[in-house]
Amino acid sequence: MQPFTKHTGLAAPMDRVNVDTDQIVPKQFVKLLTREGFGRFLFYDWRYLAGEKPNLEFVLNAPRYRGASVLLARANFGCGSSREHAPWAILDYGFRAIIAPSYADIFYNNCIKNGILPVTLGNEQVDELFKRTEESEGYRLTVDLEQQTVTDDRGLRYEFQIEPFRRQTLLEGLDEIGLTLAHEAEIAAYEAKNLRVPAMHGAVDVKYHRN
Amino acid sequence: MAARTLYEKIWDAHVVREEPGRPALIYIDRHFVHEATSPQPFAALRAAGRKVRRPELTFATMDHSVPTKNRDLPMLDATGAAQFEALARNCKDFGISLFDMQSRNQGIVHVIGPELGITQPGCTIVCGDSHTSTHGAFGALGFGIGTSEVEHVLATQCLTQFKSKTMKIEVRGKRPSGVTAKDMILAIIGKIGIGGGNGYVFEYAGEAVRGLSMEGRMTMCNMSIEGGARAGMVAPDDTTFAYLEGRAFAPRGKDFQVAVDTWKTLATDAGAKYDATVTLEATELAPMVTWGTNPGMVTQVTGRVPDPAIFSDAVDRKAAESALAYMNLKPGTRMEDIALDRVFIGSCTNSRVEDLRAAARVVEGKRVAKSLKQALVVPGSQRVKAEAEKEGLDKIFREAGFEWRDAGCSMCIAMNDDVLPSGERAASTSNRNFEGRQGKGGRTHLVSPIMAAAAAIEGHFVDVRQWKHLNGEE
Repeated sequence: MQPFTKHTGLAAPMDRVNVDTDQIVPKQFVKLLTREGFGRFLFYDWRYLAGEKPNLEFVLNAPRYRGASVLLARANFGCGSSREHAPWAILDYGFRAIIAPSYADIFYNNCIKNGILPVTLGNEQVDELFKRTEESEGYRLTVDLEQQTVTDDRGLRYEFQIEPFRRQTLLEGLDEIGLTLAHEAEIAAYEAKNLRVPAMHGAVDVKYHRN
Repeated sequence: MAARTLYEKIWDAHVVREEPGRPALIYIDRHFVHEATSPQPFAALRAAGRKVRRPELTFATMDHSVPTKNRDLPMLDATGAAQFEALARNCKDFGISLFDMQSRNQGIVHVIGPELGITQPGCTIVCGDSHTSTHGAFGALGFGIGTSEVEHVLATQCLTQFKSKTMKIEVRGKRPSGVTAKDMILAIIGKIGIGGGNGYVFEYAGEAVRGLSMEGRMTMCNMSIEGGARAGMVAPDDTTFAYLEGRAFAPRGKDFQVAVDTWKTLATDAGAKYDATVTLEATELAPMVTWGTNPGMVTQVTGRVPDPAIFSDAVDRKAAESALAYMNLKPGTRMEDIALDRVFIGSCTNSRVEDLRAAARVVEGKRVAKSLKQALVVPGSQRVKAEAEKEGLDKIFREAGFEWRDAGCSMCIAMNDDVLPSGERAASTSNRNFEGRQGKGGRTHLVSPIMAAAAAIEGHFVDVRQWKHLNGEE
């Protein structure tokens, strides 16, 4: 996973509450076998007209937001399906950070595991960032995970909170599976002690069963 | 020990490792996989040279993209077929049980887990699918995970998790006739909003919840995620135990009795504290219909499409305006005046045999409205299909003008050929009315199975409570 420390980039506004992952990546792309190249499918049904012709009314198609890498969003961003294809598409499109008042739980986790920083700020702060982004073309934001700040070059400075472990995961680009596997002895000890109490772990006995 | 909630008891029993300031490492008892979210994690395991730690605890099926008819013919959908082939190969290579398209156990993952008795009280259950919350109906902790977490579970049989907050959702009193579990959960989501449960695990309680069958409890827990909660639970009781006894993978004989004795200890202790509590009165509930583009945009069948101007918050007002534009609805329209193009009865929310029985009772001896282009019944599993056929439900549906299909996710997510065409309007027993969910440009109204069945007959929504054929049951 690509670590996240500090990023400065063009901000783009997705001014819509409750954006669900079906909008971020529609279902037809959940049929693919790989995780690469999903940027092309980001916001597919909003972004394209028939024949993959760009829908010029869609905000990300506006020339002024080309190359944006900080996504401003509204409350409960990423709700719905657990598909990790959503953060894959966001990252592959070029976004490194999202700023919103709140996120759906599964999506938030999926972002962290893909090196995307989901910044949570208050409603008024997010409103102000939307205002500045829409008012001034080329508006850029710096998201600093070490300092836990969002800043612009006009003196705006917002601090944000993030769970220390998640911060560390992003800063170091940690391999969580590797970390867990390092605790193999504890997992084995847990299994030895607990799996003899099948009622809390649902005994399965495949020998009873045939397909 | 201090009084604990159902969630806390299951959590405590599954902590493998804990240290301050870090997420806990918790043990996972059951892992379900399906074709749509599993190719990448298996590929990543191979790339890293990692094994599946406990293959006997993972169960696979094919559901998202499966055709619901003509399964004996070659698949025309090449991308779907490639996913099925990948799943079959991955299961074979890693030693995982697979219920493939030809298996009598095939079906939607959240339907087959419970009906095979793989889902049991007290277990931690995960799947790369947000509707894994369904399994909480058994007093299990079931939640959806992303692809990276699927890989994590395969490799380690554990997950790193932060403990959730708990929300008690109590539905007091007796559920009125014509009001189903679907209406209860839609009313709850309407009340708390679709982000209201973010960070929480729900525990459903109260007389109206206790009075539900396992199927009804699964419907409620299934849609916990639509209220923002990763998991929803109901404490196991005699209804739960009776459902599980004799299921293929459930414990047998003396083992079953031992299990029941343990399961009985799971219920939340008197005096245990929740982080939040929400209370609804069952007697105030009515059949619900969604009007917008998320499940929280919902009203009673006797209500009207709201005017966006009533929303004081500018962001909400804009969302309502955009939803009405997408749905092509005018403020003030009576819900009962909304005419339909298609009706879909199915999905992991409402495709179990009890759902089909209730819908069949509504349509028996009647005909689907001529104005309808399609009325579709898709059983949740091949076992549900077989049971329904044994009871003659397929005949009732076919005679009324419904199509009767093989099991799968079908028009809930439209990854196969069962698609709601652009501009058309459907009454659907599924869980998401998001834009394009049932097909790009399609307009979805979420309802209960009996509401969908009655709407199919009339061609528009009707208040099922006025249907004399209900007989106080559903």
